[in-house]
Amino acid sequence: MQNHMKPNATSAATGAMPLLRAVDVHKSYDRLEVLKGISMDVEQGEVLALIGASGSGKTTFLRCINLLEEFQQGEIDLDGEPIGYRMTGGRRRKIPEAALSAQRARIGMVFQSFNLFPHMTAEQNVMLGLTKVRGKPAAEARDIARHWLERVGLAERRGHYPFQLSGGQQQRVAIARAVAMEPRLVLFDEVTSALDPELVAEVLGVMQDLARSGMTMIVVSHEMLFVREVASRVVFMDGGHVVAQGPPQELFRDPESERLRSFLGRFHGVFS
Amino acid sequence: MAERTFWTELWNAKWALLNGIAITTELSAYVVVASTILGLLGGLVLVYGWRPAALLVRLYVDVMRGIPVLVLILFWYYGLALFKINIPAFWAGVIALAGFATAHMSEIVRGAIQSVPAGQSEAAKAIGLRFWQRLRYVILPQATRRVLPPWVNTAVEMVKATTLLSIIGVVELLLATQQTIARNYMVIQFYLAATLLYFVLNFAISRLGALLERRFAYMRY
Ligand SMILES: Nc1ncnc2c1ncn2[C@@H]1O[C@H](COP(=O)(O)OP(=O)(O)OP(=O)(O)O)[C@@H](O)[C@H]1O
Ligand SMILES: [Mg+2]
Repeated sequence: MQNHMKPNATSAATGAMPLLRAVDVHKSYDRLEVLKGISMDVEQGEVLALIGASGSGKTTFLRCINLLEEFQQGEIDLDGEPIGYRMTGGRRRKIPEAALSAQRARIGMVFQSFNLFPHMTAEQNVMLGLTKVRGKPAAEARDIARHWLERVGLAERRGHYPFQLSGGQQQRVAIARAVAMEPRLVLFDEVTSALDPELVAEVLGVMQDLARSGMTMIVVSHEMLFVREVASRVVFMDGGHVVAQGPPQELFRDPESERLRSFLGRFHGVFS
Repeated sequence: MAERTFWTELWNAKWALLNGIAITTELSAYVVVASTILGLLGGLVLVYGWRPAALLVRLYVDVMRGIPVLVLILFWYYGLALFKINIPAFWAGVIALAGFATAHMSEIVRGAIQSVPAGQSEAAKAIGLRFWQRLRYVILPQATRRVLPPWVNTAVEMVKATTLLSIIGVVELLLATQQTIARNYMVIQFYLAATLLYFVLNFAISRLGALLERRFAYMRY
């Protein structure tokens, strides 16, 4: 059931280059093929929601985009530039560490488990990449960090260490850390699923705010209400394939795929 | 002639004992500093190194940990002499103890680095930090806190192990004490005095470790 998606309509129509283009990405862990030819385009300013059952490869795909995993076949381009690999002398080679890091710096990532640096305050967490990767002077980096911490509602907590913050606050710091780098694209991997239910809304609120400001985002989420409201397009993955995609209204109202229908059936109430 | 008391004998032996303390401290310092630096390198190679290099370090660590320290000392002192390589007893001792401690320190550093959750280096990668930057700003600061308790342990063990160098004639505190006793026969008093001095030295190291640990205490999860 290979399902190669055509580059989507908007870019085909305008001829503009998509911000991110994945073509036939294959990824295996040893023998186990986890991604079986993933293709998709992400346009500038788009919020793409990635949904699918557990084990369908959503996390793996995000990690490939940010080069946290190697993939064996296919290509991912950011602004038309291939990510992670280069063809030299007819062979596909991993690019050197410095170039890899430079590419990663253009893609932000927010993790399910926050992964804040525990030995740094909220402000220092946000500043680290600005000073060491972007080469900004400390004073400027601090201003930027404060701006973003304020934007995620944590102006008062900037001097706190992660252990002094709630899960929701930690995740908002992690979001600030990612977006402060002014990435072209931010990846969110189930960023609310480690949170207590009453803390989910504050994090989703921040993400909605970013979406409105035109940030390009790929969001893996099981928060279907959020997906329906915020996503401009939904991609449904199953067993390492992209099975269906489209605007949430269309896709959710009338799912053609049997798989998608049964997947959505689990979210009682949301699609009634 | 004045009455022979412990205190007058202690006064008479003061230079010999102070010299012994100095040698013990010096030995310990060389051993701890060298094994800390080499252990850091060894640990890094074990975790991140090119495979063959990592295997070599692994082999070194396992072999070293399986050999009694005394055998290492005798090897470096007498063993090399068989090949007409003569090194002073002091340096033979430093090499033997540092070589031994390096194996332990490498293992300690490896364990500490690997105990930092994988998500930390992934988060560091995600903001674009390069390998050495990730190590310096994210991994090692967190590993340091975990290194401290076993590091203090090994340092204290090494201070105690310097006493073994009396066997190859390094006049460190223990041998200096024995030589003093040979002159005045105050066996119990002077061994107790030496014990007290070793305790003070090791207590200082433990306090230093505890102080550093407290300084890193904010690093909770
Ligand atoms: N490091 C790994 N080694 C081996 N197999 C792995 C590894 N990571 C993931 N997998 C496998 O790859 C498949 C896809 O995993 P992935 O985490 O991408 O799924 P997911 O869609 O994110 O699922 P979830 O909704 O549970 O997060 C699963 O079958 C998983 O067991
Ligand atoms: Mg996942």
